[in-house]
Amino acid sequence: MSENSLAIRKFSDLANPTRFLALAARVLPWFAGLTVLLFAVGLYLSFTTEGDYQQGETVRIMYVHVPAAWLSMMCYSVMALSALGTLVWRHPLADVAARAAAPIGASFTFLALVTGSLWGKPMWGTWWVWDARLTSVFVLFLMYLGLMALNRAMDEPGKAAKVSAVLILVGFVNIPIIKFSVEWWNTLHQPASVLRLGGSAIDPEFLRPLLVMAVAFTMLFFTLHIAAMRNEIWRRRVTSMRRQAARSAGREA
Amino acid sequence: MAKHSGGTRMISLFLRDLKLSMRAGGGALIGVLFFMTVVAVVPFAVGPDLNLLSRIGPAILWIGALLASLLGLDRLFQAEREDGSLDLMLMQETPLVLTVLVKCLAHWTATGLPLVIAAPLLGLFMNMNEVAIGATMLTLLVGTPAITFIGATGAAVAVTLPRGGLLVSILVLPLAIPVLIFGVSAAYAAVQDPAPFLPPLLILIAITLFFAVIGPLAAALALRSASD
Repeated sequence: MSENSLAIRKFSDLANPTRFLALAARVLPWFAGLTVLLFAVGLYLSFTTEGDYQQGETVRIMYVHVPAAWLSMMCYSVMALSALGTLVWRHPLADVAARAAAPIGASFTFLALVTGSLWGKPMWGTWWVWDARLTSVFVLFLMYLGLMALNRAMDEPGKAAKVSAVLILVGFVNIPIIKFSVEWWNTLHQPASVLRLGGSAIDPEFLRPLLVMAVAFTMLFFTLHIAAMRNEIWRRRVTSMRRQAARSAGREA
Repeated sequence: MAKHSGGTRMISLFLRDLKLSMRAGGGALIGVLFFMTVVAVVPFAVGPDLNLLSRIGPAILWIGALLASLLGLDRLFQAEREDGSLDLMLMQETPLVLTVLVKCLAHWTATGLPLVIAAPLLGLFMNMNEVAIGATMLTLLVGTPAITFIGATGAAVAVTLPRGGLLVSILVLPLAIPVLIFGVSAAYAAVQDPAPFLPPLLILIAITLFFAVIGPLAAALALRSASD
């Protein structure tokens, strides 16, 4: 119980943007260094392991494609958690987190779509098919862009925060529906093979670089996310300082 | 006013919204006109091949109805916000969720129901047979309310924006994809023999009921946070 409340206090301590900035400044170099290291190992493994006996060299696209696709979903989950933080706990940094995560999530989704398309051309013989997985990821991409457009359309961050939090949550309950509806509608993409009951279906030869790359992508996400949150806080401070300067200049005139 | 029960108040709100959208400047029938125009444009694009048109007919009707019901959505709360009655609705004792639900129902009656009624006529233009027309009409009847309920969320989110119309469509369309999928697949299942008609229709009804809960809840939440 006391441990729990200590954790909550630690978490609400972060509500102070200055504390968060101090923490970000301390953590960011380590995160960035770890990301570079993991990517170096992951990419080395990706390019030195054997190619698949059927897919040949194109199997290496998977080492980028699969982590990017995972991250595209994890990023939306982070946004949904932040939306809950905005609406339920009114955590002041939650909306900064949600706002900073949207472009990153959109980038990962775009990366997943592009790499999947590059893999699809030699393997399926076409750049794009209207398959369940592809369609729902594309819809996810559209939702990221819509949220970014909404954030840009509102100039007042406080109001935009709550409203886009509502939309993020509605989108979050809708994502499973979209996923299952398109799955019943049409499907070609292979089913999940890494995480499933009865052990992984992937040969360890491919699994090792894949897992390293997945961890590397996750670290990349956290590095970018913390940096983007820091930039957002700074941006807001600059805006309010400019407003204050304009106000005092108006008073003097 | 205090003597009126919640039920009569909701009914009077329903009738008020219905009258407002039916009168001049309400723009309820513009949706139907847009629906007819979209469907009329399709043969120019794909060619006047009647066999092709009858095959893609249900899908075209669904797309037309989807776009037409998006058309008036941004006005769902905008007029109330402009004349200040939205603030009165926020201060009422009746839960805001209920008010939003009633407003959605009135909006659907004014803009969605005419689409359903116009669908058979357009089905004839698309050379669809009776079964396909009936099935499309039925799926539109149970499916279009879902679009209104989802759209209420989008409309509430964009209510503070001066020109939120296009943004509402962008935000709402991805969320409406399941409705489109099951609406169209139920309509096709009625025509093509092996596919059963009932399961997709039931799923479509379930989606509508689901969004009848989620949509007004989220819209009420967004309206509250946009007002203060």
